[in-house]
Amino acid sequence: MFENLSHLALQQYWWVLISVLAALFVFLTFVQGGQTLLYSIGKTEGEKTIILNTLGRKWEFTFTTLVTFGGAFFASFPLFYATSFGGAYWVWLLILAAFIIQAVAYEFRKKPANFLGAKTYEIFLVINGLLGTILIGTAVGTFFNGAQFELNDMNQVLWQNPARGLEAVLTFHNVALGLAVFFLARVLGLLYFFYTIDNDLIVVRSQKHLFFTAILFLVFFLYFLVWLLLKEGFAVNPATGEVFLEKYKYLNNLLQMPVVLIIMLIGVAGVLGGIISTLFFHSGRGFLFAGPGTVLTVFALFLVAGFNNTAFYPSVTDLQSSLTIQNASSSKFTLTAMSYVSLMIPFVFAYIYYFWKVMNRKKITDEEMKEESHVY
Amino acid sequence: MVEYADLALVNWSRAQFALTAMYHWLFVPLTLGITFIIAFMETLYVKTGKEEWKRITKFWMTLFGINFAIGVATGIILEFEFGTNWSSYSWFVGDIFGAPLAIEGILAFFMESTFIAIMFFGWNKVSKKTHLLATWLTAIGANLSALWILVANGWMQKPVGMVFNPDTARNEMQNFWDVLFSQVAVDKWLHATSSGFVLASVFVIGISAWFILKKRELLLAKKSILIASVFGLISSFYLILTGDNSTRTIAHDQPMKFAAIEGLYNGSEGAGLVALGVFSTSETDPNNENLKDFTMKIEIPNFLSYMAFLDWNAFVPGVHDLIDGNEKYGYMPAAEKIERGKVAISKLTEFKEAKKTGDETLAGSLRTELTSAAFQENYFKYFGYGYFEDVNDLIPNVPITFYSFHIMVGLGFMFVLLFIFSLLFLLKGTLTEKRGFLRLAIIAIPLAYLASQAGWIVAEMGRQPWVVQDLMPTMAGVTRISAGSVQTTFWLFAILFTILLIAELKIMFRQIKIGPKH
Repeated sequence: MFENLSHLALQQYWWVLISVLAALFVFLTFVQGGQTLLYSIGKTEGEKTIILNTLGRKWEFTFTTLVTFGGAFFASFPLFYATSFGGAYWVWLLILAAFIIQAVAYEFRKKPANFLGAKTYEIFLVINGLLGTILIGTAVGTFFNGAQFELNDMNQVLWQNPARGLEAVLTFHNVALGLAVFFLARVLGLLYFFYTIDNDLIVVRSQKHLFFTAILFLVFFLYFLVWLLLKEGFAVNPATGEVFLEKYKYLNNLLQMPVVLIIMLIGVAGVLGGIISTLFFHSGRGFLFAGPGTVLTVFALFLVAGFNNTAFYPSVTDLQSSLTIQNASSSKFTLTAMSYVSLMIPFVFAYIYYFWKVMNRKKITDEEMKEESHVY
Repeated sequence: MVEYADLALVNWSRAQFALTAMYHWLFVPLTLGITFIIAFMETLYVKTGKEEWKRITKFWMTLFGINFAIGVATGIILEFEFGTNWSSYSWFVGDIFGAPLAIEGILAFFMESTFIAIMFFGWNKVSKKTHLLATWLTAIGANLSALWILVANGWMQKPVGMVFNPDTARNEMQNFWDVLFSQVAVDKWLHATSSGFVLASVFVIGISAWFILKKRELLLAKKSILIASVFGLISSFYLILTGDNSTRTIAHDQPMKFAAIEGLYNGSEGAGLVALGVFSTSETDPNNENLKDFTMKIEIPNFLSYMAFLDWNAFVPGVHDLIDGNEKYGYMPAAEKIERGKVAISKLTEFKEAKKTGDETLAGSLRTELTSAAFQENYFKYFGYGYFEDVNDLIPNVPITFYSFHIMVGLGFMFVLLFIFSLLFLLKGTLTEKRGFLRLAIIAIPLAYLASQAGWIVAEMGRQPWVVQDLMPTMAGVTRISAGSVQTTFWLFAILFTILLIAELKIMFRQIKIGPKH
């Protein structure tokens, strides 16, 4: 069945899958956001334990999604994998370092003889929450603002800035996205606390934090979005493959792809609905709106970045080195083979969804922490 | 077009990859094996309903959890390092190499991460049977994760199922099944996973032996030894079988690596196997420090020929036959391969130039030539050789490869003895009295790690200077970045991983001392 699709259709299919993974990843950063709230919401050891256990049972999903995102990008758009990871070396390695320390922190924090002390592992989690969200958001910002690289005849990446990717922080629009992701992760983290923790003090403190965190998220997100819609974008001439700057490119993308616009509007409404229902109606289920809302919003943003003849990883130093879903992709054969593998994804989602529900059936309490044999 | 990378950069990039891979491999084999051991134990708990088995299961699960966390931590970096440090490689082979990595994420990692959460936190949330299923699926997921990365590695050792596309300057996949079911990939997976089973069995026996010596937890220790020694014995059988298979595929596909493994400089018919050997410090060849004489060796006559080609009198090429060529047995001189590689590279350069200048006729005829079967067979096959000037650069480090291989094999056979005697003493009921043997069982734990690491040194150092056999030398795959940057990240990860390893060991030792919860 996939054999009959054109190469372009397969490239688009894979860009959709990459966008889904990216969207799920941002949603799952509620774990990272929650980690940065450890000290503001958890005042006693017992409260910290509850917080880290409710997050700790999900940390691997975020982690695995990131790894799968990398693998899927490698398989479907290897030129992006080679260009961005090899080029923006420092950004990616800092992000990875932040995830390395996360992986051990949950398991080691409470264990006796843990060498560094519980506090260090807690700080690891806070660092992971900060860097993991801000840097990834900033890196994704370069999808819209461009990066400084050239590709030679052999498609080898020649990065044009000695900061190897860290220069992205000098563009405020990138950082705005980083901060928007960071505050969104915190909002989601707080909503997840409401949704899963049965502890009055944690709920009251989360309520207090939610308002300001949500305001900060909105400020950075709206700044990013408005600026994005007003700025020049990197367009591709589908006939020649030539990349050129087009005014209001991303606005045009949304207008020319109304489905994407609708997805984005529903997504934003979901996030806002989740926040408002929690703030004003004290609903414990805001997470169930804001989570899917996040998925839809990020999904739409990625489609805006790559669809409708847009260069998804533009080069500002050499416009023609910019990556598009067409010039960066794998061969038709590989995309076809991988597309068959992708038929397993709904099945994977199904079992994750089912067991997620089973594990979250009851809210987490102090009593459970005392009875549970494996506690983070 | 093809420029030579700076040697310091290549070396630091290799060092960083080796560092992360070796650290990662400190934790992976235990995960591969102990998850199955735990699954057996939990199966016994569900079948018999005895709380004792649950206690045993939970104890090993705790140790597994500590190990797993750091395994994951060291693993994430590896996947991204192909891009960060080997970006030229990533493009050259990404069309083939990326797919298994993606499948690994989609099919294996999610399975592992979903069910491991149930395994640790689901005791009171799901039924006994569902929990048991989760434990089994964690074990299967872990081993499937290993499958896909080893398929990728197998492809680097023997590139199959692809064709070079001059327009994109990369290899493109033509047959997925050839990549997946490549003999090298299958052997590699079975060998690596069964080595993990053996290591985990040694680990469980060693720790149980410690309990017996301390006169604690005798029941737990004995039951654990019973399961581990049976599992270890069966796994050893597969380990030897797949190791033996690998020997033949290496002899066939990577003759230089094979010569290095065996320390064979001059090929011969009816070649003998050096079972034990010590290299002298002097060099046989003043141009190459990797070529050293044996000062002492114990040789089994004709055995190497048999192992490699199942023929007691077959000719096994040595390092010199492969470098200088051997007309009688059909080995092309390396200098000739270099010449052919250079032709392939210059044709590709010509093609790229023609495309750039818009000379479509020339580009068209060059494309036809480059993709013709004759050119692929006679020239492109040697593409990677074109990067070299000196034939001596084609020789891997023979002593390191030889020693690592012999350490691995020697220790592997010792573990078989460990399993046999553990089982024997246990069944005779004399195990608790064999204090010397129990002490040896504890010492076997670090030796199992040593053997496991040595195996990867053989696989990866033995195939140098190639990152993709015959097609891409390691130096050509590297990301162009300052050597200083890579040096900095090398030290960053070296320090970070070492600190985490110390923490892991301290926690692990303490948890063992604490023992199972009552």
